[in-house]
Amino acid sequence: MPVTTLAQFSIERVEVMDHQGNVDESLMPDLSEEQIRHLYEMMVLTRQFDDRMLKLQRQGRLGTFARVMGQEAAHIGTTYALEKGKDWLIPAFRETGAFILWGTPLEDILAVNAGDERGQKIGEGVRVLPVSIPIATHLLHATGIAWAMKQKGEDAVALTVFGDGATSEGDFSEAMNFGGVFKLPVIFLCQNNQWAISVPYHKQTAATTVAQKAIAYGMPGVQVDGNDIFAVYRVAKEAADRARSGGGPTLIEAHTYRLSDHTTSDDARRYRTAEDLDPWLEKDPIPRLARYMEKQGMLDEDGVVQVREQATQKVADAVKAFEELEPADPERIFDNVFAERTPNLEEQLRWLKFRTGEGR
Amino acid sequence: MARLNMVQAIDQALQQEMERDDTVIVLGEDVGKDGGVFRVTEGLVERFGENRVIDTPLAESAILGFSIGAAIAGFRPVAEMQFSGFSYPAFDQMVSHAGRMRKRSQGTWTVPLVMRTPYGGGIRALEHHSESMEAIWAHIPGIKTVIPSDPYDAKGLLIAAIRDPDPVVFYEPKRVYRAIKMEVPEESYEIPLGKAQVVREGSDATLIAWGAQVRTCKAAAEQMSAEKRGEVEVVDVRTLNPFDRETVIGSVRKTGRAVVVSEEPPTVSFTSEIMAQIMEHAILKLEAPARRVTGFDTPTPLAKLEDWFLPDVDLVIRETLKTLEF
Ligand SMILES: Cc1ncc(C[n+]2csc(CCOP(=O)(O)OP(=O)(O)O)c2C)c(N)n1
Ligand SMILES: [Mg+2]
Repeated sequence: MPVTTLAQFSIERVEVMDHQGNVDESLMPDLSEEQIRHLYEMMVLTRQFDDRMLKLQRQGRLGTFARVMGQEAAHIGTTYALEKGKDWLIPAFRETGAFILWGTPLEDILAVNAGDERGQKIGEGVRVLPVSIPIATHLLHATGIAWAMKQKGEDAVALTVFGDGATSEGDFSEAMNFGGVFKLPVIFLCQNNQWAISVPYHKQTAATTVAQKAIAYGMPGVQVDGNDIFAVYRVAKEAADRARSGGGPTLIEAHTYRLSDHTTSDDARRYRTAEDLDPWLEKDPIPRLARYMEKQGMLDEDGVVQVREQATQKVADAVKAFEELEPADPERIFDNVFAERTPNLEEQLRWLKFRTGEGR
Repeated sequence: MARLNMVQAIDQALQQEMERDDTVIVLGEDVGKDGGVFRVTEGLVERFGENRVIDTPLAESAILGFSIGAAIAGFRPVAEMQFSGFSYPAFDQMVSHAGRMRKRSQGTWTVPLVMRTPYGGGIRALEHHSESMEAIWAHIPGIKTVIPSDPYDAKGLLIAAIRDPDPVVFYEPKRVYRAIKMEVPEESYEIPLGKAQVVREGSDATLIAWGAQVRTCKAAAEQMSAEKRGEVEVVDVRTLNPFDRETVIGSVRKTGRAVVVSEEPPTVSFTSEIMAQIMEHAILKLEAPARRVTGFDTPTPLAKLEDWFLPDVDLVIRETLKTLEF
């Protein structure tokens, strides 16, 4: 009765670019100068927008929101490997850059974060679901969407994004299992930013990597340097190609760091030390890409300023549009509950009109 | 006596119960070092250590299911759901197990746990952070559902909930958390579960509420009194299940008029239960149809339109006057 090894597994980590902006040419994904520039612009825009949102929040013009600072490469690089209009994005709430990349108007993002439901409108022809706050619940939607694409014979891919904390929820396991069993064209992207509010990664799971969780569900899992836009794009492109050609799902662990507080209501100094945070400030994905571009002669000091100024202008325009928005009509509360208002909603609308002064 | 807000009163109740009984444990997301996102568990981990104040992985079903197991095996878990809007993964554990373990084991295994969670609107929060879905818990057989309206009650009711031999859902009106301070005795005390309280006496009509809406009703009653438009009794239900019919419906039988106020969507809400109780036990004493002031049967609006959804003093007065003028 011998003891035999049934299977052995290993987990890879992919890095393409170092902190100085030097790349391993053999791993460098196929991206034109124009594409690289676009990625850089999107990351800078996302950062500026995030900074501005913080200011607006501190002035009381926005509600609580989750910053994305430091995680731009992780979600922008992945989303860039998909095809807008054809593929699907099923986000959590720390992927502002993905929304921006796919053309969600910045003023809509501001509106939602100010508590104005009009900002939730989905853009024409964009396959993106709304921000999903209940952790890990949306991963299951991605499996259903991916199954539907497969069933309809569309070669579209569903990308769903979540944090390290989300991997503890039952819904994560259930979605991964559906993905594996039905061999679905899904990319599960975990932005492992090391923290779930105050809970550090090592208290969230006893597993060395998130990527290895893929093994149990019969799909490939890979860890990638999440602050390296080229590495992120490379693994996402591979996963998308595999999904499109019938190869099923992939779990990508983008190893990154939440440079900000959890949200604007949080104070990370209560639970996180400077020793934990500081090394990651150096690993910021944006200057890293800029260094590469400078080395390649794609960007000089003027170029950096120009990109920044363009972003500042876009953000300023969006803030203006947001501020010019007329207050929402309270009657909207009763819209989009059902396809048609039901009798109880009609009655309750009359109660509302009493309050707004329009009623008898 | 110290003046405490509700956050401090609950924290104090937890400290005192943990001090008194080492089987009491606190667990949930961010309850340790961070002291909870509302700071309700502030200072507990420093005092009682990580074995009794447990930062769990992010998994509500696990938090409750684990608590059921620990309770069966001799502990008294106080499980925090970070927001009531994120407690639903735990619903299965509550309805399928916590509420019926005593029955299923014919009294051998019991589940003396408390599930605490902040609920309700009025703080301009994000989506899923403002709901008032207490009726879903009150509906479950074998579960008690308690909702304090002020710091004093929060302390006494939580202590009683922790000592109760059965599972208790403890809904904390987050709008009240820091809104008021009041004298809260330093010593430990219990307010019995299943007992409502008349918080303002009156003879003309009865306002029935719980949680944050008790304040709205008290303010409405005071204003009506000042304007000489009637003396209205206000009853704080405090425990939804088991329901204190004697006090709540007794007041309606006395005044002959009732307005039930809550921030729930009205269909199959706890206000529906109270209306049914009035129908069954007070109908012949009514001088006017009982009325309700509630939210709408819609998702809770995001911050900008939230105020239109929530009851307020004007609305409560208007509906009360309708019953008075009927
Ligand atoms: C089901 C559920 N439980 C709790 C919360 C409250 N909450 C919001 S974010 C968060 C931590 C999430 O951590 P992670 O998944 O790592 O994502 P990150 O915030 O780091 O991007 C928690 C506990 C929630 N939104 N949903
Ligand atoms: Mg995280």
